[in-house]
Amino acid sequence: MKRVNAVVVGAGAAGGIVAKELAVAGLSVVLLERGPWYTAYDCRKDDLRNQRTTVLGNAFGPEDEGNPRVWVDGAGQPHIALPSEGSYQNNAACVGGGTLSYGAQAWRYLPQDFRMRSTYGAPPGSSLEDWPISYDDLEPFYEKAEYEIGISGDYSGTPFHGPRKRPLPMPPLPPNREFGILEPAAKRLGLHPFHIPMARNSVPYNGRGPCMRCRWCCGFACEVDAKNGSQNTVIPIALSSGNCELRTGCMVKEILTDERGRARGVAYFDGDGHLQEQLADLVVVSACAIESARLLLNSKSRLFPDGLGNRYDQVGRNLQGHNYTGAVGYFDFETYDDVGPGASIAICDYNHGTAGLSGGGMLANEFIRLPIHMVDRLPSDTPRWGLGHKQAMREWHKRSIVIIGPTQQIPTSDGRVTVDPAVRDKWGLPVARFSGNVHPHTFEIGEVQARRAEAWLKEAGAIHTSLMAGKSEVVSAGQHQAGTCRMGADPRTSVVNRDCRLHDVDNVFVIDSSVHVTNGGFNPALTIMAIAYYASASLVRNWKGTGFRS
Amino acid sequence: MRSSRKDGLLTRRQFVAAGALGSAAIAAGCHRGQRNAWLFLTEEQARTLQAICDQIIPADEFPSAAQAGVLSYIDGQLMRHYRRHRDAYRSGLEAAQTLSRRRFGQELAALTPAQQFDLVSALELQEGHFFALVRNHTMEGYYGSPRHGGNRDAVSWRMLGLGEPPVLGRAQYDLRKGAS
Repeated sequence: MKRVNAVVVGAGAAGGIVAKELAVAGLSVVLLERGPWYTAYDCRKDDLRNQRTTVLGNAFGPEDEGNPRVWVDGAGQPHIALPSEGSYQNNAACVGGGTLSYGAQAWRYLPQDFRMRSTYGAPPGSSLEDWPISYDDLEPFYEKAEYEIGISGDYSGTPFHGPRKRPLPMPPLPPNREFGILEPAAKRLGLHPFHIPMARNSVPYNGRGPCMRCRWCCGFACEVDAKNGSQNTVIPIALSSGNCELRTGCMVKEILTDERGRARGVAYFDGDGHLQEQLADLVVVSACAIESARLLLNSKSRLFPDGLGNRYDQVGRNLQGHNYTGAVGYFDFETYDDVGPGASIAICDYNHGTAGLSGGGMLANEFIRLPIHMVDRLPSDTPRWGLGHKQAMREWHKRSIVIIGPTQQIPTSDGRVTVDPAVRDKWGLPVARFSGNVHPHTFEIGEVQARRAEAWLKEAGAIHTSLMAGKSEVVSAGQHQAGTCRMGADPRTSVVNRDCRLHDVDNVFVIDSSVHVTNGGFNPALTIMAIAYYASASLVRNWKGTGFRS
Repeated sequence: MRSSRKDGLLTRRQFVAAGALGSAAIAAGCHRGQRNAWLFLTEEQARTLQAICDQIIPADEFPSAAQAGVLSYIDGQLMRHYRRHRDAYRSGLEAAQTLSRRRFGQELAALTPAQQFDLVSALELQEGHFFALVRNHTMEGYYGSPRHGGNRDAVSWRMLGLGEPPVLGRAQYDLRKGAS
């Protein structure tokens, strides 16, 4: 197979951008993706089989057969997790990755989110740390992501955001009924509600039409292609440059290194299960936090007996996602209008600045309300089954609002990904294994956030409320997974440097949420994209200068 | 999704092959002169399951779980995505029958509605894992999309005041202009 300049592993939020940036700069690129490229034909709206409600499986991968993971409970007992189970911490396996089916909230982190340790100090038992880069370093790349991917929304209602040079490229979608109910209530409470930034066309943009406002959005692919992910923005540009080849159905086995400890490419199983080698001047790992760590750990050799980049046992540590908490409000009037995407209004008043709490998070109204979601969201005194449950479904389905948000998670070095010593996937590769749990301060923040959501709902007229705030005994990762290849200056406490380059190997890069030092109180997609643009820029600069070729 | 359909076919073929080899169950069915309507369940299991499902979602002015096709949903999924729950259903339904015979001297399906309620409440305490499965699967079959074999004629969606299909956006979308 022809040697190329760069092989990129994973065609998701970050990998698609890196492939495009490198290809457009003139590098030859092979983009490898384990999943397929779904077309409009595959984008059916299935309420029990999508990427969010997975009782009948994941719509956009991986399949339950042959892709296990292992999670270790509080007592140290390992359990098998299937991809459609919550304990699997799934994101997706397809071209576009999570961005094919995400809700598409497109947040910039706040300046403080990059300086968590300086702002709060590290709670005991945590690995809370500052990023080696700042909001200001990322700002031009946030802007680039907003314009190239296509973001709608309006920040003008809130003072809680970092400095920005340009407004968002598209206005927000018109408000839905929940927006109309929640906005005046938030203002009465002295809060600053505004239109959520979304990677979704509100007007024609990038050659595609606007959102049709169906509410089957988060967890589904968009049948009118109005939701913007890497699969319908940067990846087509990468391919049309003539410098990038996308190979789907390809599972990377390991990163190959030479006798001097530099990467020479990757070994992967192609769609027919045949082992192939793709040689390259540089390797970019963009497989998302869990699979990126797994690939590095599975890339063992004489020089790297514990895996690539893992000299100080840092790969896979600091695994974090978000602790989602909030409340359901029940009203004596209809709140439901079935106008998508559902989530429309947010506040960032509570992301920082609460005495006694090391962080906080954004709060917003929830995306979809399909009947199956309501089954376990009824008032807390509702019987779990029987006539009372059925009547409560009728009573509350159209008269409730959920406010929920991602609480900034306090990372620990024990919450981590390793590879399982025994369990293999269908290619015979050791699978990801989760151990450790979430730092308890995370739940203290989450509890306060849930009460704040409840107060907002009550101000809006809710006659009953129930809190959504639980504690978990295991790691939290899921679609917002991050942190496993921490960015930092010190090789003993981080995996990559501020340019996303492995401390250990100068031609291997990890560019995805793995490098997040902390994960903000927001959906991470836009930050992943900004980092991909930022790291690609430095890669291209270096390529044009000293070069990587040996 | 294409490959999951393939999985279903394969399983179906394996099921037919298995049935042809060990034909005792089929012979018993023929003996009664009726074809088993179910893919996985026996007639007796189906009767028991129906009684449990109809306690989880009873009839009122809207249909019960079984009337809305929940058994078709569960039976169908036991041949597909819920193959891994087959043992839980086999042993759970047997435990329910044993409990019913011990407590009331007859099978669950033959009890009065009040007795069935008592029995299903007892089942929830004694067979918690099995009951939680049936409860969740019943909710999926009743409130999920009709495409999966339950929620016949979208009856639960209409009960909740939703249209069918429940996607307002699609109906009002004009591809030339975007959403109205």
